[in-house]
Amino acid sequence: MTDKTMNTVDSSPVDATKRTLLKGGVAAAVITLAPGITLRTVEAAVTGPATQAKRWGMLIDATAPEGVWDLAVEACKAEQGWGSDHNKSGKANAATDPQWIRKVSIKNPKTGAKASLPVMCQHCANPPCVDVCPTGASMKREDGIVLVDKHICIGCRYCMMACPYSARSFVHEPVEMQKPHMPRGKGTVEGCTMCVHRVDKGQQPACVEALNKAGSDAIMFGDLNDPKSDISRAVSKYVTQRIRADLGVEPGVHYRGI
Amino acid sequence: MRSASRILSLTILGFAIVIMGLGSGLSAAPAQAGEVPLPNPAKAFKGEQCVEPIDVMRRDHFEFLKHQRDETLREGIRGKKYSLNACIDCHAVTSPDIAGGKLRTLKPFCAECHSYAAVSIDCFECHSGAVQPGIGSEIGKQSALPPNHEQLKADKALITLLKGHLDPTSPQGGTGQ
Amino acid sequence: MAADTTIYKEIEGKGGDYYSLVGWLAVMAAAGFGSMLYMEHYGHVVTGMTNAVVWGTPHVFAVFLIVAASGALNIASISSVFGKTQYKPLARLSTITAVALLAGGLMVLLLDLGRPDRLIVAMTKYNFKSIFAWNIILYSGFFVIVLTYLWMMMERRMVPYSKKMGLLAFVWRLALTTGTGSIFGFLVARPGYDAAIMAPMFIAMSFAFGLAIFILVVNVAYRASNRPLGDFILFEMRNLLGVFIAAALYFTVTQHLTNLYAAEHAGIEAFILWDGGIYTFFFWVVQIGLGALFPLALLFNPATGRSCQGIMIASILVIVGGLAQLYIIIIGGQAFPIPLFPGMEVSSSFFDGAVHPYVPSLLEILLGLSGMAVSLLIIAIAVKYLPLMPTSLSDAKVDPNHVAAE
Ligand code: HEC
Ligand code: HEC
Ligand code: HEC
Repeated sequence: MTDKTMNTVDSSPVDATKRTLLKGGVAAAVITLAPGITLRTVEAAVTGPATQAKRWGMLIDATAPEGVWDLAVEACKAEQGWGSDHNKSGKANAATDPQWIRKVSIKNPKTGAKASLPVMCQHCANPPCVDVCPTGASMKREDGIVLVDKHICIGCRYCMMACPYSARSFVHEPVEMQKPHMPRGKGTVEGCTMCVHRVDKGQQPACVEALNKAGSDAIMFGDLNDPKSDISRAVSKYVTQRIRADLGVEPGVHYRGI
Repeated sequence: MRSASRILSLTILGFAIVIMGLGSGLSAAPAQAGEVPLPNPAKAFKGEQCVEPIDVMRRDHFEFLKHQRDETLREGIRGKKYSLNACIDCHAVTSPDIAGGKLRTLKPFCAECHSYAAVSIDCFECHSGAVQPGIGSEIGKQSALPPNHEQLKADKALITLLKGHLDPTSPQGGTGQ
Repeated sequence: MAADTTIYKEIEGKGGDYYSLVGWLAVMAAAGFGSMLYMEHYGHVVTGMTNAVVWGTPHVFAVFLIVAASGALNIASISSVFGKTQYKPLARLSTITAVALLAGGLMVLLLDLGRPDRLIVAMTKYNFKSIFAWNIILYSGFFVIVLTYLWMMMERRMVPYSKKMGLLAFVWRLALTTGTGSIFGFLVARPGYDAAIMAPMFIAMSFAFGLAIFILVVNVAYRASNRPLGDFILFEMRNLLGVFIAAALYFTVTQHLTNLYAAEHAGIEAFILWDGGIYTFFFWVVQIGLGALFPLALLFNPATGRSCQGIMIASILVIVGGLAQLYIIIIGGQAFPIPLFPGMEVSSSFFDGAVHPYVPSLLEILLGLSGMAVSLLIIAIAVKYLPLMPTSLSDAKVDPNHVAAE
């Protein structure tokens, strides 16, 4: 518990006494709970931990009509609460407002062929952002989801330097009215979480669900480790491609039809 | 030369102190000990009991929270009882002063003790306590702090009472039950 | 040679000049701290940084100071590790300059964090895979080792051990600069950085930047304290500076030549060398012209190279050129778009495929300059309270052949 020790380093003796007093002092420390005491709150079903048995991933169909990507972006904003932080400063600023997922248009300059597709955190198996993070805030869950542990993020932005996909944003302004399931705060880095809070409950990420509701399966989500899952079948059926596969980072997001 | 080396070792020491002081100074910047009266944590809005007996809560709540936060975020274990959102549900209050009553906030509850003990926490920068359908549906009933809440703190009789309540050596004991 | 007879003494540090110097430096340092508080309050939206150029002007100054710090230690290393006794009297000043520069640089890095209040997290949680975390260890170690080294040089009983400590400090400083260079060298995603040559190039840069700052410190300190400073030691440092500038230039040339051969790097090379606007200007005019070729000419031209002013101007130019070089590496490297789909035209709402604009804000410049101010402040205070400066650096004192020549 380094946190706790550090906490006492900065305290004056007076504060320390006060803390002991508040915490019930030595006397209280001896009080033991009778074993088996039932507490009032009934614990909701505990789920997890995430294990390596799963490898969450996505398959994105770049041949889908362009409009669906705008829908995916809006769904993400609504679910995670990004996209309106500038409301406080009053002006939208494309350069500093976070973008967890964005629509990218590509064109082959020789043939003129075009495509458009969404780009977000690719949830790499060998994520450069995790390697470079000095505190370990940038992390990969056992099931392959790459997250920022905002509790220990110091806002150094080295992960943003390292990410080949520009998938992360830095929160430039104070944030208000965060969603209870997605706490966000100024001075830390954030990005697509593959909607862990939903996935852990057995739901689909918000963008996938929104597209499904609109009758599109342009983004498919599932367990790449399970050969019977829809996504595994699709990945073995179509020739898929991953962005900058040459870098060896092994993204968990596959594309087809680029 | 002797004195020079003494000065130098003092400088090295000073360096260490400055670095440590800077760190702690920054992290505990708003800490203000001194003449704050003993805390009077606002009553929980909901429930008769906390997630643990009160003396345990007082002593270990931050261990619980930190443990749960690491489990949730880093390991993907969800549904355990020391959820910050749950604390919000029982302990947070709304006030027309705060975001027009749209935000519940734990700040007054947690700050009572913390400002006394010179602890500063940053949780609520991110864990805003915003109302969302399904979570905290009882928000309407969640009362704002009494308007005279500031003066309450200075109430001598109340402080004496609290002192007894919090001091483990006093007859009432520190159990606070 | 006979035993070291150099007399070291604190400077007077009483005159109005001294106090106004310290006062101004303190004001600049405070300005940096003020910008930090302002940034803390409003968020980094008030700076020039964006989600594409995430390291801005403060990082240019910070990396400059950190790189220069290890270079400033060179004079001490040369005297103890390589046995060049003429530099011996300057060894103490060289170590304190190194420590001061590192402290200033780190302060800037720290104050530019998104959450500077979480410094304790940075010091207690380490991800050992991160080159950044290694650097935190390298930096802390540098302070400890270099200050111990200084102490050993000053404490008579310890002098015999100081040579070993000097060697350790020298090895450590090489590791430190390698670490700093690798912060960029390891970033495979960005075409401007992905190069092993970054590490040795940063070492060559550190030699030049550190010595340039040190020459200025010595000149100003000796003139202001009215202590004799002979030509001999000055010219020695001048020659050394010339060699270091050439070495740094050599690595720059090699870097760009190798990149030009690799077709995949053609884009970033064209950007820096040809059509990158401000970055191209900084490269040819400031870094190469003002920062390398012109100082070399000044140093080796008999007229200017033998004058104190000439050498000082050259040193200032090296510093300006160095800042420009780091601006190109750090900011230019980010302004150039990351190739998401090599060979394709890419566009989005997030600057994909386009050069990212970046304009430094006053806050960031203040913060950067305050790092320099803090470094100088530390030196100014140290020489007042510690016997770091020899009472005389006249030729008679330092030139080993001086007596023989007479
Ligand atoms: C089911 C509702 C409920 C939940 C959930 C809950 N509490 Fe409590 N808490 C209470 C009640 C009731 C008390 C008793 C004191 C009172 O009447 O105010 C209490 C007391 C406390 C106290 C002691 C206050 C004092 O008077 O000294 C602390 C500290 C505390 N809670 C912290 C927490 C934290 C931290 C969490 C979240 C992990 C939490 N509580 C979750 C209902 C709850
Ligand atoms: C910079 C933003 C930020 C700050 C500051 C922050 N958190 Fe969190 N917290 C998060 C995020 C993001 C999650 C992950 C939410 C999820 O995945 O469901 C989280 C999750 C948690 C959880 C698990 C979810 C739950 O409610 O059980 C706990 C507990 C928690 N935080 C406690 C804290 C405490 C205590 C503090 C203050 C010391 C704090 N947090 C400060 C961003 C933050
Ligand atoms: C009964 C008084 C009391 C109440 C009420 C209280 N705390 Fe605390 N809290 C403390 C004390 C005392 C400490 C310091 C413990 C120590 O450092 O030994 C502390 C420390 C903490 C820490 C660790 C701080 C750090 O820097 O590591 C966190 C997190 C925390 N409290 C969260 C909360 C939250 C959230 C609430 C409101 C739900 C709350 N506390 C309510 C007394 C209280």
